[in-house]
Amino acid sequence: MSTTTSRRTTSAPGGSRRSARPDRAAWGFLLPFVALFLFTFVLPLGYAVYQSLLTPVRSGPLGLGPATLGFAGLDNYALALQQSAFLESFARVLLFGLVQIPVMLLLSTALALALDTLSHRWAGILRAAYFLPYGVPGVIASILWGFLYVPGVSPIVDLLGKVGLAPDFLGYDNVLWSIANIVIWEFAGYNMLVIVAQLKAIPQELYEAARIDGASTWQTAVRIKLPLARPALVLTGVFSIIGTLQLFAEPLVIKPLTSTVTNSYTPNLSAYNEAFANNNIYLAAAESVILALVASVLSFGFLSLVNRKERRDAR
Amino acid sequence: MSVSTPPAEKPVPAASAHTSQTAGTRRDGRPRRGVKPSRILLVALLTIAALYFLLPVYWLVVASTKSSAGLFGTFGLWFSDPQWLDNLSKVFSYSDGIFWSWTFNSVLYAGVGGALATLLAGAAGYALAVYRFRGREAVFKAVLAGVLLPSTTLALPMYLLFSKAGLANTYWAVLIPSMVSPFGVYLCRIYAEAAVPAEMLEAARVDGAGEWRIFGTLVLRTMTPALVTVFLFQFVGIWNNYFLPLVMLSDDRKYPITLGLTTWQTAADRTPELYQLTVGGAFLSILPLAAAMLVLQRYWRSGLTQGSVKG
Repeated sequence: MSTTTSRRTTSAPGGSRRSARPDRAAWGFLLPFVALFLFTFVLPLGYAVYQSLLTPVRSGPLGLGPATLGFAGLDNYALALQQSAFLESFARVLLFGLVQIPVMLLLSTALALALDTLSHRWAGILRAAYFLPYGVPGVIASILWGFLYVPGVSPIVDLLGKVGLAPDFLGYDNVLWSIANIVIWEFAGYNMLVIVAQLKAIPQELYEAARIDGASTWQTAVRIKLPLARPALVLTGVFSIIGTLQLFAEPLVIKPLTSTVTNSYTPNLSAYNEAFANNNIYLAAAESVILALVASVLSFGFLSLVNRKERRDAR
Repeated sequence: MSVSTPPAEKPVPAASAHTSQTAGTRRDGRPRRGVKPSRILLVALLTIAALYFLLPVYWLVVASTKSSAGLFGTFGLWFSDPQWLDNLSKVFSYSDGIFWSWTFNSVLYAGVGGALATLLAGAAGYALAVYRFRGREAVFKAVLAGVLLPSTTLALPMYLLFSKAGLANTYWAVLIPSMVSPFGVYLCRIYAEAAVPAEMLEAARVDGAGEWRIFGTLVLRTMTPALVTVFLFQFVGIWNNYFLPLVMLSDDRKYPITLGLTTWQTAADRTPELYQLTVGGAFLSILPLAAAMLVLQRYWRSGLTQGSVKG
């Protein structure tokens, strides 16, 4: 197939008619990706929607006969939205995101701006140190921090105990923020690197001009670097929102350590348990679809909000 | 010749120009650039931040040298009776060397999946950047939607679909989804738009090269920085992935390291020696990626710049 495509394009006189059969070549390049994309994104989503509309119907006396599948309409969705634990899990990740994302992005931005003013060698070593946790898988990071939270193993609890503090990292009020700490630890350095990359792309003449105008390091950072780092901040913001809604591995690993993390601590955990512990894949499918909907509404919403503001600012 | 020089090299001179410029500022002898209290404070704060990021890793290094008793009985941030090799050999020999299988699987999933995802994303991104064809906008919008949709929300439906297709609990169940990187396509498109010159393609076509040969010889080379970035993203993403293999796999010989270690961690309640093995395994599992992070962060950074300039 590839040879015929190329031969045909080659035979176009002079090659200047590059649009002779561009569709065919373009689709040739796209096909493998598009096929797999359909199989791993579009089809599962469609299948989930389909499954979410079904429900097993028991037949025979006392409902002991073989179960058949019946059309349930929106019953599964209604059921999911009536479960207070499922709704609470959404409230929990929203609260989590409202606190964790700003804290992490502030930290990332501060580190990026600070590194940008440092001399080369220092910045390199520190940047590597901040970025290192990104290479630690989320579950491993959670296992690690789990050890650091549990009294008896944790040197942190040990040390704080010596100065008279007895923090209960896994207690009811704290565990959500202990999980937030794990997520910040994992991703602050990565986000910092995205922002650093953006800062490096700023034309040097701007700094030159600012210095001639007598701007201080601080003024340069706030007035020039920060506004120009905006695309990177938007990018990291969107990815953080998506990441927050996916929250799964961290609470799952922390769960055995404390009774305050439940089976439906996050929406993802809830859907997982519905499917594999309660064996109700139809309800699980409905919960997955709801989660996907909320995730796209929030990430698209954030993007259009930011873009609208950008357009207004540009005017 | 000059045509094929990738504009990708740009970030590098830009970065070095920055360095020489800061150095030049210092040599100006401007007193404000000397060691000021505010600068000492800045370095102090940055050092504290470094301690925060390194502390758990340091704890892991120390803990991996301890006996099970030492893990619970001694102060976590200092060594006591190190028995490192003994611990690590236990990790590898436990349960007929299952840790080797997990390592092999992680390398397979992340290496093969990452490489194929990169190639597919490169081809798709290039096509979206260079050709004008019907359906182009539709494909790009679908890709963007794919970027914005959390992959874990899809893992569960994907499991239902894959088990229908008889693919659940096979290597394919993890490999196939790993080959798809919408973000990679997005990045490659932006990069190809900036870096693949139309003149180069024209020249190659005049010389009689077919579209596939142009892509295979010229374009792939021009896009190398973007492709390296995509590969790294995808490799780390797959290596760190937990939800997908958890949902898809039931045979623990097919597990990647992440999944395997959590089975040890959860079984440690009943088999306390597994605490030590979990710690040792965690230490071993972050070695390759930590090393890669340190070596590759520079390259990674220059690739990211290209992606985010227009993004």
